[in-house]
Amino acid sequence: MTKLNSKIPKGNLADKWTNYKSHQNLVNPPNKPKLDIIVVGTGLAGASAAASLGAMGFKVKIFCISDSPRRAHSIAAQGGINASKNYPNDGDSVYRLFYDTIKGGDYRAREANVYRLAEVSGSIIDQCVAQGVPFARDYSGLLDNRSFGGAQVSRTFYARGQTGQQLLLGAYGALSHQIKLGNVKLYNRSEMLDLVLVEGKARGIISRNVVTGELEKHFGHAVVIATGGYGNVYFLSTNAMNSNSSAAWQIYKKGAFFANPSYVQIHPTCIPVHGDYQSKLTLMSESLRNDGRIWVPKNKEDAEKIRKKQLKANDIKEEERDYFLERRYPAFGNLVPRDVASRAAKERCDAGFGVGNTGLAVYLDFAAAIKRLGKDVIEERYGNLFQMYEKIVDENPYENPMMIYPAVHYTMGGVWVDYELQTTIEGLFCAGEANFSDHGANRLGASALMQGLSDGYFVLPYTIQNYLSKEIKVPRMSTDLPEFNKTLEEVKGRLNKLMSISGNKSVDYFHKKLGHIMWEYVGMGRTKEGLSKAVELIRELKKDYWSDLRVPGDMNGVNTELEKATRVADFIELGELIALDALQRNESCGGHFREEYQTPEGEALRNDNDFMFVGAWEYKGEDQMPELHKEPLNYEAIEVKQRDYK
Amino acid sequence: MDLTLEIWRQENPKAKGKFETYKVQNISPDCSFLEMLDILNESLIDKVQLPINFDHDCREGICGMCSLYINGRPHGPDNEVTTCQLHMRKFKDGDTITIEPWRSKAFPIIKDLMINRNAFDQIIQAGGYISVTTGGVPDANSIPINRNDAELAMDASACIGCGACVSACKNASAMLFVAAKVSQFALLPQGKIEAKDRVKAMVAKMDELGFGNCSNTFACEAECPKKISVSNIARMNREFLCANIS
Repeated sequence: MTKLNSKIPKGNLADKWTNYKSHQNLVNPPNKPKLDIIVVGTGLAGASAAASLGAMGFKVKIFCISDSPRRAHSIAAQGGINASKNYPNDGDSVYRLFYDTIKGGDYRAREANVYRLAEVSGSIIDQCVAQGVPFARDYSGLLDNRSFGGAQVSRTFYARGQTGQQLLLGAYGALSHQIKLGNVKLYNRSEMLDLVLVEGKARGIISRNVVTGELEKHFGHAVVIATGGYGNVYFLSTNAMNSNSSAAWQIYKKGAFFANPSYVQIHPTCIPVHGDYQSKLTLMSESLRNDGRIWVPKNKEDAEKIRKKQLKANDIKEEERDYFLERRYPAFGNLVPRDVASRAAKERCDAGFGVGNTGLAVYLDFAAAIKRLGKDVIEERYGNLFQMYEKIVDENPYENPMMIYPAVHYTMGGVWVDYELQTTIEGLFCAGEANFSDHGANRLGASALMQGLSDGYFVLPYTIQNYLSKEIKVPRMSTDLPEFNKTLEEVKGRLNKLMSISGNKSVDYFHKKLGHIMWEYVGMGRTKEGLSKAVELIRELKKDYWSDLRVPGDMNGVNTELEKATRVADFIELGELIALDALQRNESCGGHFREEYQTPEGEALRNDNDFMFVGAWEYKGEDQMPELHKEPLNYEAIEVKQRDYK
Repeated sequence: MDLTLEIWRQENPKAKGKFETYKVQNISPDCSFLEMLDILNESLIDKVQLPINFDHDCREGICGMCSLYINGRPHGPDNEVTTCQLHMRKFKDGDTITIEPWRSKAFPIIKDLMINRNAFDQIIQAGGYISVTTGGVPDANSIPINRNDAELAMDASACIGCGACVSACKNASAMLFVAAKVSQFALLPQGKIEAKDRVKAMVAKMDELGFGNCSNTFACEAECPKKISVSNIARMNREFLCANIS
């Protein structure tokens, strides 16, 4: 069994990163332009990494599936970005941010990585302000903060409800600057379809230009994957339509281990499903829970009448409402972490107290906040979210409580990386949501933006040099090497195979079917029986996919159905791995909740003796059982406890 | 709802395009416009026909990827929304809906309703940023910024780069897009240092790429899904003038 080497530096937790940086190998300035780095993905992690590496002097090629790097789905993050600046003087510190993140992740993240994340969080804010990111400010002109779930301090910096957009535009600006200088070359409307290995090291990629349909070979001394998460395995999620896991999945098949795939975050505040034609779900920022109160009727009869439209939310008297989060978790109330809030909503709906047409919704009510603060304040804080809600649902949230329900949002699991963000393939790195490293089994709000930018601005540009310093004597390779041509032919074969099935069903038909299986059996409440069933159903689905899929058109030129077909083929296989991982993890932790393992109060029950490890899967071939490798998690600075938000 | 759709179809950038007529039935008023097109596409695939290509991604009105000129208006009949946030309840049963791509020389058609907006990236690359590199920057709170200026900068920076402004303009001018970026940085102390070079470089690039001139009809502001104000254009003109006389 391969031993996973996390390469965590020795020394005290607080000194590890400083020590690492002091002793790592660097590439000197004249050598940097001789080294090519491929970055796949232009979201926060990819754009910030490419911009930073370009500015250092490396030659970077960056690949983007959309028409512009500014479209990456980081743009949709609303609420904010955490940093332990302690500007509000409420007792925040690097340690406290580290502690909250580890605890929020239900003690399933690596201490050293998370500490480093907290350590560099402040620099991210400095960097973004220097780029002209218009964060919210108070009347003195200084930066404003707000609170977020899972924390008792206000450490979240924000730009209205568009923080992700503003941070991405900052990184996009920095990237554009480097493109203009010629340090970075942008390949837009290009999708990575495979990784090229030369003598076991990552040396390039095969990409497809989605406009011309041409397959291209690209060389890099190192390759960075920053292609985001795999939430779209579930079909309905808050991810963008083009968000996909194919780059991550192809490198898995080439030897990169895939860690903790079962850690999927289901976000509590999304707009409920309204019909089977629905293409995606819309998230409402968690920041809404700062001022909104979540409730369902206390009486089942009332809930039933609401579902039948015989009663409205405002008809239910105050004493007839069950503010279930405030009731169950008085200390954190509506600001409990996402996994806890999602499960509590599901529990109420399953018990028959849900509202909306489907009964799969709970209220998020701003009446008290509007009364206390005035409509103007609420509008200033959440105006764009309220507008978005009204456009979709056709109901005024200033007058009627919003309806929300949990939806798949973020994936904590991902490509296994060591402390240097290097995968189990030499020269192959993975950053941002695509890797598994910092959030354990559950991510706290406003921490995704932090991690993406931490990886891209301040971690990877250092750690990648420790690898590249050994590569300075390697000249740029020709893409006519047999390794490149062989991989190109494999890709061509895969595309041909998909095109030639000529079955009767569309890609979306299979994707929706996969989504139903995943949500039903590998969603918020999982059981051994359900997961085993899911594995069986997914295997059948895979067979059907490869025998009854229909992809119209041809491989030349634009063919969006073919693009979707390659992605869904990978989603199906990844779906099976999620189920297998959930099946082996006989405990509940964070976003992974096994019905068999819960406390008498219905909280997640971890099993630290047997499962305090990162589960990293190794690909063993088509339709073969992958092998599980365990990286033990050691907690030295933190006392491991049951999470308690009461 | 039952609808008739007149959709622009064009095989590739050089091909001659034409309108084709399609019918869709039983569309829910709660369906989004793009979901309605998904339903149409699924039915085309069922008939082994090529689906209609259109740009889209986040489907929550923020990525700026979706476009579509619907019944003569960029992003359709609703105000302050992108096409992906437009819902069918804004139409009536039996309506005929005309769907075209953005119309501008600077945004060539790729296929059907998909267009090439690389020109916007090129304008940003010409100077739409602050030339700071990673690290070595001052503490965030060492640069206090007047709250009002910060809010105005945020208003300008809310632009999603969709190109509706260009599409709405009879001259296909990109003034609102460029002005929003110029304004964001002109309003902030961090951006002032390069302000003159920035506005000159961005305007020159905009002219070079074939966008038209501004003749103050304000159609851009009226159709902008993010309500970017034309006051940004006035600010840019001021910046441009100052940059060229000093």
